[in-house]
Amino acid sequence: MPVVNLNRKTFEKIVGRKLSQEKLAERMAMLGTDVNEINEKEIIVEVFPDRPDLLSEQGFARAFATFIQAEKGLKKYHVKKSSYKLIVDQSVEEVRPFTVCCVVKNLKLDDEKIREIIQIQEKLHVTYGRNRKKAAIGIYPLEKIKWPITYLAKKPSDIFFKPLGSKFPMNAKDILLKNPAGIKYKYLLDNYRRYPVFIDSENRILSMPPIINSEETGRIDEKTKEVFIEVSGFDFDVLSICLNIVATALSDMKGDIYQVDVKYGNKFTSTPNFSEKTMNIDLNYVNKILGLSLIEKDMKKYLEMMGYGYNNKKVLIPCYRSDIIHQIDLAKDIAIAYGYENFKEEIPKIDTIGYEDRFENFKEKIAGILIGFGLMETNSYNLIGKQEQLEKMKIDSEVVEISNSNEEFNTLRHWMIPSLLKVLSNNKHNEYPQKIFEIGNCYGIGKSETNVDEFSELGIMISHNKADFTEAKQILDSLLGLFGFEYSVEESDHKSFIAGRCAKIIVNGKEIAFLGEINPEIIVNFNLEMPASGLELNLTELFKLVE
Amino acid sequence: MDFDKIAASLHPLERSVLPFLKQDIGLNELVEKTRLSEIEVLRALQWLENKKTLKLIKEEKNIVQLDENGKKYIIQGLPEKQLLGFLLYREFTIKELKERTHLDDDEINFSIGILKKKEAININDKEVSITDYGKDLASKITDEERIMKSLPKDMSEFSKDELEILKGLQRRKKMVVVETKKKFFVKLSKIGEELSKKKIKQEFIENLTRDIVKEGTWKKQEFRRYDVKAFVPSINYGRRHFVNQAVRYVKRIWLDMGFKEMSGTNVQSSFWNFDALFVPQDHPARDLQDTFFIKNPEYANLPRKEILENVKKMHEKGGFGSEGWKYQWDEKTARKNVLRTHTTALSAITLASLNQNELPLKFFNVGKVYRNETMDYSHLFEFYQTEGIVIGDVNFRHLLGYLKEFFKKMGFEKARFRPGFFPYTSLSTEVEVFHPIRKKWIELGGAGILRPEVVIPLMGKDAKVLAWGLGLERIITPYYDINDLREIYNNDLKKIKKSKIWLK
Repeated sequence: MPVVNLNRKTFEKIVGRKLSQEKLAERMAMLGTDVNEINEKEIIVEVFPDRPDLLSEQGFARAFATFIQAEKGLKKYHVKKSSYKLIVDQSVEEVRPFTVCCVVKNLKLDDEKIREIIQIQEKLHVTYGRNRKKAAIGIYPLEKIKWPITYLAKKPSDIFFKPLGSKFPMNAKDILLKNPAGIKYKYLLDNYRRYPVFIDSENRILSMPPIINSEETGRIDEKTKEVFIEVSGFDFDVLSICLNIVATALSDMKGDIYQVDVKYGNKFTSTPNFSEKTMNIDLNYVNKILGLSLIEKDMKKYLEMMGYGYNNKKVLIPCYRSDIIHQIDLAKDIAIAYGYENFKEEIPKIDTIGYEDRFENFKEKIAGILIGFGLMETNSYNLIGKQEQLEKMKIDSEVVEISNSNEEFNTLRHWMIPSLLKVLSNNKHNEYPQKIFEIGNCYGIGKSETNVDEFSELGIMISHNKADFTEAKQILDSLLGLFGFEYSVEESDHKSFIAGRCAKIIVNGKEIAFLGEINPEIIVNFNLEMPASGLELNLTELFKLVE
Repeated sequence: MDFDKIAASLHPLERSVLPFLKQDIGLNELVEKTRLSEIEVLRALQWLENKKTLKLIKEEKNIVQLDENGKKYIIQGLPEKQLLGFLLYREFTIKELKERTHLDDDEINFSIGILKKKEAININDKEVSITDYGKDLASKITDEERIMKSLPKDMSEFSKDELEILKGLQRRKKMVVVETKKKFFVKLSKIGEELSKKKIKQEFIENLTRDIVKEGTWKKQEFRRYDVKAFVPSINYGRRHFVNQAVRYVKRIWLDMGFKEMSGTNVQSSFWNFDALFVPQDHPARDLQDTFFIKNPEYANLPRKEILENVKKMHEKGGFGSEGWKYQWDEKTARKNVLRTHTTALSAITLASLNQNELPLKFFNVGKVYRNETMDYSHLFEFYQTEGIVIGDVNFRHLLGYLKEFFKKMGFEKARFRPGFFPYTSLSTEVEVFHPIRKKWIELGGAGILRPEVVIPLMGKDAKVLAWGLGLERIITPYYDINDLREIYNNDLKKIKKSKIWLK
């Protein structure tokens, strides 16, 4: 979750009411944020990813003000008319088809405000913008721009400008190879023939989204009073919300927001659009899901505490909210305003009968028996190193592999004995004899929905100076004896065991287990010294036989 | 303890040792005289000590002995002496000295260092020459030699100056070695003295045997009295792993509340783990940094067409009062196999396959889930979650009710709920419980009401479904006083053996 550092002074000024440190922390938590720290200067919070509008001092304070009822209901934002125009060229369709934008004037920027603006931009990039892929925001000083602006795609070799923070102009290819932002976001443009750029009427490049602004036309500082803002990406609605989050925050900084007419083909669209979305709400539905009996007046109050407008079964959703896609989301916000701490917990009278899964119960029974045999139960990870379960065991087999895990845990185990040998090698300092067992999931390639065959195996390992085949066989014999099976034993030449001291166990023509004395080479491979004998029993198969 | 009682409680070993006891007798002498092994005599003496008949005094001596090189040089002469011997005749370079003496580099360098410090030699432009003092020294026995010749010797017998020289020798390679030798001897108490003089004639029954029972010997003879306070070695027993004990208990809680156990696989398609739960395909939780993807077999098969189409439509266009996510849903992305990141994947499968005539229904599961996390004291990449779903005429207060009850049964009397966020629930909550020992609120899991966008495609209609997925390890570690989650699965057999019993 994104962490935001809010300037406490700015925050409190916008909220318009001061709360004690504890009250502040408690109310913030109950609004639905994790409060990491509050000190004199800063409020550090983690914002849930469904609320990108809370990623700034202004946005958070706006939501908080209504929540603590210092303000009430929907906050209105206004767009001023202007003659600014931006032309979207058809060429961007294949690479980054949409942009929405606005102009903000009358800003009184200082270092702190610039920090705030950059924080909104960066946090939105990472979260809602999915690392600039879905949405990237550019901010430019207005005075440097000659209108109209054109958004178009050009061949990389035809793009040549001085990227922000750089001393020399470069072409687009070099920016992607040498500039830090270029290197980081290269993959977003790499596969395209042409890259998108914003240019002004004098053909000066303002930026190459979603990578970087131009040093000459794209740097804001404390002298900047007017800015041009664009958001580029793939979905008009997503970009609009993103722009609205930025623009409303700047409006809260006392900036004046001006429209820009964006021309797609022959059609002009005026952005930003601050008008509210409306959604019908059914009081019954809300009461039913919350387990409350609110009346309409209560519901209205709670909606207003969450920054909504309400009028005759219709909810007005602010233009910066991206997360309200169903009535249930309004019910959720009503619950937050009502206060989670005020809900009276209740266990419903639902008569259902508890059933344990039969196989789970079977495994419990097996574990109980083995405890009676004096064996200690262990619990290991299902993930294990490929080397550990194959090479070190002197066998080769196809196993289920993980693409993105480190070598120590890059496969799912296909049998238990390697896990148990790992346990033994972690216990060399403890006293012997060591007799352990574990029941766990094992994995192979097979026919199933996932093409992975998952089954349960029992592994047993006996280790002491006289651990031998007999001891392992005794355990197996006693265990299977309890189920009344006839089983046959055949010699097996499993490489993990000493030749001539390994057996496979067959019931009804099916091999369900093998056991033997562990090959000394393997004992050494696991850094052990003590002899060991082991047993591996397929419980999934055994259970089928029992059933 | 009175005298007769002591006499009647003597173990045969004690009785064998007793006649030879006298003031200040040593262990070795007792071993010799009793013809018992050292360990047997020691054991007998310890038991006698428990009966307050004697005190076993342990004396440690540090004996200094010559080590490998020490033994060699005492015959050949110390390296520095050997060097002086050569230098008496003419000057040599260090390289030449090395060739002549056959000493190793360390010893040569060390010896030259010593001799220079003692001003026995001069070094001029790599040429080494002997001083008058050196010549004098060459014919004398040095302090080092004197001490080496006196070995072996008890450390306590060295004078202060000698100890300094000894320290120098200890710094040199394999010159001397200090061996600690333990010596035991006996100090008899008053009762002990008396006891040792007395002849204990009476024979006691040692172990009750079948023959003794049958022949009635026990009627005529007394049993030897045991020292009931004596230490006994621990037995080798089997135990459940402590996590599994807790897992068992968690299952019982749900069973007691009328929940039915679900079972399912750890490997799941992205479809069940994400798509069916309305997690958009570009959601960060689906990144490589968060989720383990399977390399082989990389892809899963998808479920029946109806479910698939429903889910796809919900993502792309919404419906049933929802706007959906409005993007192009990709089947191949949904087919990617993953290690399930939450047991909620199992709930999705259950919702898609349950018999709707049987509602209301309650299900639970306890199972492993996986996150691509770097392991540290508070993070595991593989851990247990307990999942629960309730389908029926239920509401948010019921959700809180079940959670509160569960945590109460897990030993947390106080639970509170904060708003939370999960992509597949609306009315989501983070549960916090009051840690009775650390005296603070800790976050222990997430829960919520499944979104209609999850329920409708799977069940074909809207139903209220309460759902929770609670990480288990964090819930049970307070009970076991474990502060580092990694300790849970390192399977230290001693710790499993001694772990606190799960009493709930």
